[in-house]
Amino acid sequence: MNRTLASRLLPLLATALVLVGLFAAAGATYDHFLSLRVVLNLFKDRAFLGVVAVGMTFVILSGGIDLSVGAVMAFTTVFIASMMGTHGWPAPAAIAVAVAIGTTFGLFQGWIIHHFRIPAFLVTLAGMFLARGMAFVVSPGSIEIRDAFYDDLGERGVPLGDGLLLTVGPLIFLLLLATGMVVAHGTRFGRNVYALGGSETSAALMGLPVAGTRIAVYALCGGCAALGGVISTLALSSGDPTRGTGLELDAIAATVIGGTALTGGRGWLFGTFLGVLILGTIKMILDFDGSLDPAWLRLASGGLLLAFILLQKLVARQSVS
Amino acid sequence: MKRQAFLRLTGLAAAAAVTFSSCKPSETGSPAAIGTPGGKTVVGFSQIGADNPWRTAETESIKSEATKRGIELKFSDAQGQQEAQISAIRSFIAQSVSAIILAPKVETGWDAILKEAKAAKIPVILVDRGVSVTDPSLFVTLIASDFVAEGRMAGEWLAQQTSGKAGIVQLEGTTGAAPANDRKKGFEAAIAAHPDMKVLASQTGDFKRSDGKNVMEALIKAHGAAITAVYAHNDDMAIGAIQALEAAGRQPGKDVTVVSIDGMGFAFEAIKEGKLNCTVECNPLLGPMAFDVIAKVLRGEAVPKQLVQEDRLFDATNAPAELPNRKY
Repeated sequence: MNRTLASRLLPLLATALVLVGLFAAAGATYDHFLSLRVVLNLFKDRAFLGVVAVGMTFVILSGGIDLSVGAVMAFTTVFIASMMGTHGWPAPAAIAVAVAIGTTFGLFQGWIIHHFRIPAFLVTLAGMFLARGMAFVVSPGSIEIRDAFYDDLGERGVPLGDGLLLTVGPLIFLLLLATGMVVAHGTRFGRNVYALGGSETSAALMGLPVAGTRIAVYALCGGCAALGGVISTLALSSGDPTRGTGLELDAIAATVIGGTALTGGRGWLFGTFLGVLILGTIKMILDFDGSLDPAWLRLASGGLLLAFILLQKLVARQSVS
Repeated sequence: MKRQAFLRLTGLAAAAAVTFSSCKPSETGSPAAIGTPGGKTVVGFSQIGADNPWRTAETESIKSEATKRGIELKFSDAQGQQEAQISAIRSFIAQSVSAIILAPKVETGWDAILKEAKAAKIPVILVDRGVSVTDPSLFVTLIASDFVAEGRMAGEWLAQQTSGKAGIVQLEGTTGAAPANDRKKGFEAAIAAHPDMKVLASQTGDFKRSDGKNVMEALIKAHGAAITAVYAHNDDMAIGAIQALEAAGRQPGKDVTVVSIDGMGFAFEAIKEGKLNCTVECNPLLGPMAFDVIAKVLRGEAVPKQLVQEDRLFDATNAPAELPNRKY
């Protein structure tokens, strides 16, 4: 039992080691890299990805996938910008309705996936096109948000000394992550998600609410994608229907690099957190160096992804034997 | 649109820009050292991507000019994502570079990051596209072509060639991008005086050759022989449209007049072959101008809020002679 746990923790440890290794190597190579400012930048830059990846992790743990998150995020950004700018809605109303739309969208996808037994890949692929299309219907181009409350909120945060701030975006990410960890590991819903991802048949035989859990997971993911959009509008004070292109793939990559198995039932939200930071650190190293070919970002992400998939396969075999 | 009003505002703010380089540090930021970390001037350049040859030529121009002047260039390719541009600028600020060159993907969403740069006293020079910000002192200057004028030149040339009678298909650039907005505006203003020049359809081809071809194929099916002219917001889409026209049995350059913007080398080849009728140059070789401005700013000299690249029009009369001189 202890051994199984140890081997299950192996991917998480590997992820943590990669992150520490990357940071140490970059710190040794580049001036100014090992600093609180850079760590904060990492959180600021990746907050939206982190929030989206939290939702994605729940979906993947349940044995599913959601390709619509990038498009839902894009829709959210233009929706908020348009409602506030063109229609004069107050910010809290625009945010609340946007998150409600994202959640409902996810719920609807989950319902189709469950009710019609269609692979999540296909349903959310359709959802991706639909949400992206909706974003362009709202506005074909980027829209500014000129709102004192919004600008103010985007620049507020917890002071960490030396003029540095933990701004609202990263704060939402960290709070959501902590809540997600409690939900995943400490509630009945969390256990149901793991059980569903482990084996749907067993979960059903045990009398677990399969339908409700599955639909809830997609609704949660849609809500997280919308929340990612909210963070994006706070950071950029604008909405843009082209934003978040390929974000779904980054979120999946962060989840898998974080040690969550694509087959479902195994993994940790904390691993996703590390995965998000790893992707961010690779990008930051490229920017700090400033002479490496940008193709390295994809090469490094691809290489890591492959390594972690292989590692998981090995671990899975070990724990079976 | 908004950008025009904004550019007019910048005239008023020019005075603010003059004092910009000497402004006091504001509330946040570590004491960033302006000038030369390690004895060498370091400049960060955030590029949108390498998705078309024009942009690649711009990148090369800035890289080679930096090398020529012994400046260390930190180059970041955002692969089409604004978020990636913002994180690159944050990294440049964390490294206390002397100046930042930014080719912004879209006009909006730059206030917060440019405030961070300003707080760290790092001057930002915009190249080829403007931004829409509340406080124009957030950037030093914009080095760009006048996209409206380019569109107008293309429109006027087409009006003259077709004697003011044409069924036009417009292939627009990336939706929301300043060059697409402005080239559309300039062109449509130029043909507005000619009631027999009608835009039959106007769709985005995302500045890409493949999209230009696909959109053109669909529009040929929809409008057929009514199409007598194509106006593409860049050369790549024009070449895509030419391919689609040829595949549909039309004769681009003869029974369909094709005009475009950018003045790339391959467009000159197409003019020589008689398939493209004219291209308005949009010079991507901004490197020398950009580093001239940076040198001035770092010496504390004033620079104008906008620097315009002069663009020329090339057609069958003057393109063949210019072809050997093309660097991109």
